[in-house]
Amino acid sequence: MLKIKNLVCGYPSGFTIKNISFEVKGNEFLGIVGPNGSGKTTLIKTITKLIRPVRGEIILDGENIGEMNFQDIAKKIAVVPQTFNMEFDMSVEEFVSLGRIPHRKTFQFLETPLDEEITRDVMRLTETFELKERAISNLSGGEIQRVAIARALAQKPQLLLLDEPTSHLDIGHQIRLLDLLRQLNRDNFLTIIAIFHDLNLASEYCDRLLLLKDGRVHSIDSPEKVLTYQILEEVYNTLLVVQKNPISNKPYVIVVPHPKEYQK
Amino acid sequence: MNTSKTKKPSENRNKRLIRWFSIICILLIFVFVVSFLSFCIGSGGFFFEKIISVISARNTPEYSILFNIRLPRILLGFAVGGALSLTGVILQGIFRNPLVEPYTLGISGGAALGVALNIVFRIAKIFGVISMPMSGFLGAGVVIIVLYFLSIKKKILEMHELLLCGVMISFICSSVLMLIMAISKTENLQGIVFWMMGSLEEPNTNLIWWTVIISILGLIVSYFFCFDLKALLLGEEEAIHLGVNLERTKKLLFILASILTGLCVSVAGIIGFVGLLVPHLMRMFVGNDYRILNVSSFLLGGGFLIFCDLLARTVIAPLELPVGVITGILGGVLFIYTILKRRLLFK
Repeated sequence: MLKIKNLVCGYPSGFTIKNISFEVKGNEFLGIVGPNGSGKTTLIKTITKLIRPVRGEIILDGENIGEMNFQDIAKKIAVVPQTFNMEFDMSVEEFVSLGRIPHRKTFQFLETPLDEEITRDVMRLTETFELKERAISNLSGGEIQRVAIARALAQKPQLLLLDEPTSHLDIGHQIRLLDLLRQLNRDNFLTIIAIFHDLNLASEYCDRLLLLKDGRVHSIDSPEKVLTYQILEEVYNTLLVVQKNPISNKPYVIVVPHPKEYQK
Repeated sequence: MNTSKTKKPSENRNKRLIRWFSIICILLIFVFVVSFLSFCIGSGGFFFEKIISVISARNTPEYSILFNIRLPRILLGFAVGGALSLTGVILQGIFRNPLVEPYTLGISGGAALGVALNIVFRIAKIFGVISMPMSGFLGAGVVIIVLYFLSIKKKILEMHELLLCGVMISFICSSVLMLIMAISKTENLQGIVFWMMGSLEEPNTNLIWWTVIISILGLIVSYFFCFDLKALLLGEEEAIHLGVNLERTKKLLFILASILTGLCVSVAGIIGFVGLLVPHLMRMFVGNDYRILNVSSFLLGGGFLIFCDLLARTVIAPLELPVGVITGILGGVLFIYTILKRRLLFK
């Protein structure tokens, strides 16, 4: 459903994405991994037209993103950012209903019954319905991420982009959130592209992994093929051991501290 | 979970509509009460008991005081207060900062400078009285363009730096104003002082009507952007993700803000802090939904300025205080209170 062809983008001082091409199939859960500064966030921002590419094109369902207007993109792609920086507060319900803005008609002043129904449904789906009267500023990190996903789902997108959805969460909330994403992926046929820093979480939940290095695609394949110690040591430039998770049989990356540290 | 399932969504919507409607009604009542008080009280005498007989009998001095002096001031106060508050709401929405308003960004200062230059160079004598609001608009526009390029287009300035720059632009403008005053002739001084302090005394009835019409048009235009502003609550990138054409929206809202500010300053001078105080109060009471915030801020701002003008006219009657002094004192105190409260909240 999403095709990226020969994408180059960056600033006059240097390119952050150097010729990336790949394809995402419908109903896929793709994880983007790679070292800091490898162009992960830039890639996400380019898909939503926040950054204009220097060369190359992004095709979404046969339509070129560069020729679509922002509203049409927002009807198809929703984004869950890493953090929100809000100066003005609002209730959870109001926040989630913002996701209906792209579907508004030109002179529509009030939410339609359909808007309210969708808002309610996505809050139930993400288990945030009980929070609906609460103020956003009073939520915990885990609650904010779920509410943010609810807002993105209210856009009724075909493609959901997430930038490190689990980075501020404890391990319990990480698993709950990713279980929710996988459920959305399997049951609601949502295509998901998410940036991960935690290779083990990416390995457990993603159908395929896109490994970026220095703005280029190093490899794109199933977690078993991408997460090998040869590839990881080359990309991350550190000593790593890859074993199998005994429960799920997925690759599991074990960090190896410098010998001086553990021989003490 | 089960109790909430029984509630239909449309009921939810109706409840909110009723809430909005009652807020607007309360504010309209407030505006009418303040206008009525302002209509009846003044240095020309109190007309509470005999208001009906005064209105019904034309060609009396009392009738003339009411309809030629007090009524225009009420109309102008309503339009200027409303427009300034609306501008505050819009600018706060664009910059996503509750401390932004025409005065703190230096836009009022720029407009006042434009008007002062107009007086000194006697441009109004050549191009007519309409050149006054035009030069105010130009002054506001220059400051807004500078702010636009520094913070929005090139992203050179961070938010707090932008606020500091705004305050500095205000200082620079008032210093240049003082320079102009120091070297200008005495007959021009009166007019410039009038603009620096702010007053709702405006002899030109046409200009009053223009102000009323344009400020209400501004309110209507602002409603085309209420969803864009709502999306902007989440941040600029998020607004784009929600389908807002950010560049265009900001440009148009900036033009709207400078038209409204330029108009207000050129007819009433610098009236500070209305655009800060009123949106702040309204955000506290009605929340950040711009569908209700725009109109309620407009109404409260209009009522508030009529009230301030009433105070300005009566506190040391028969002499008159500049209305900018009253709003400055009231608004400045709240400004400090807001900052202190934020500080205490985050510690």
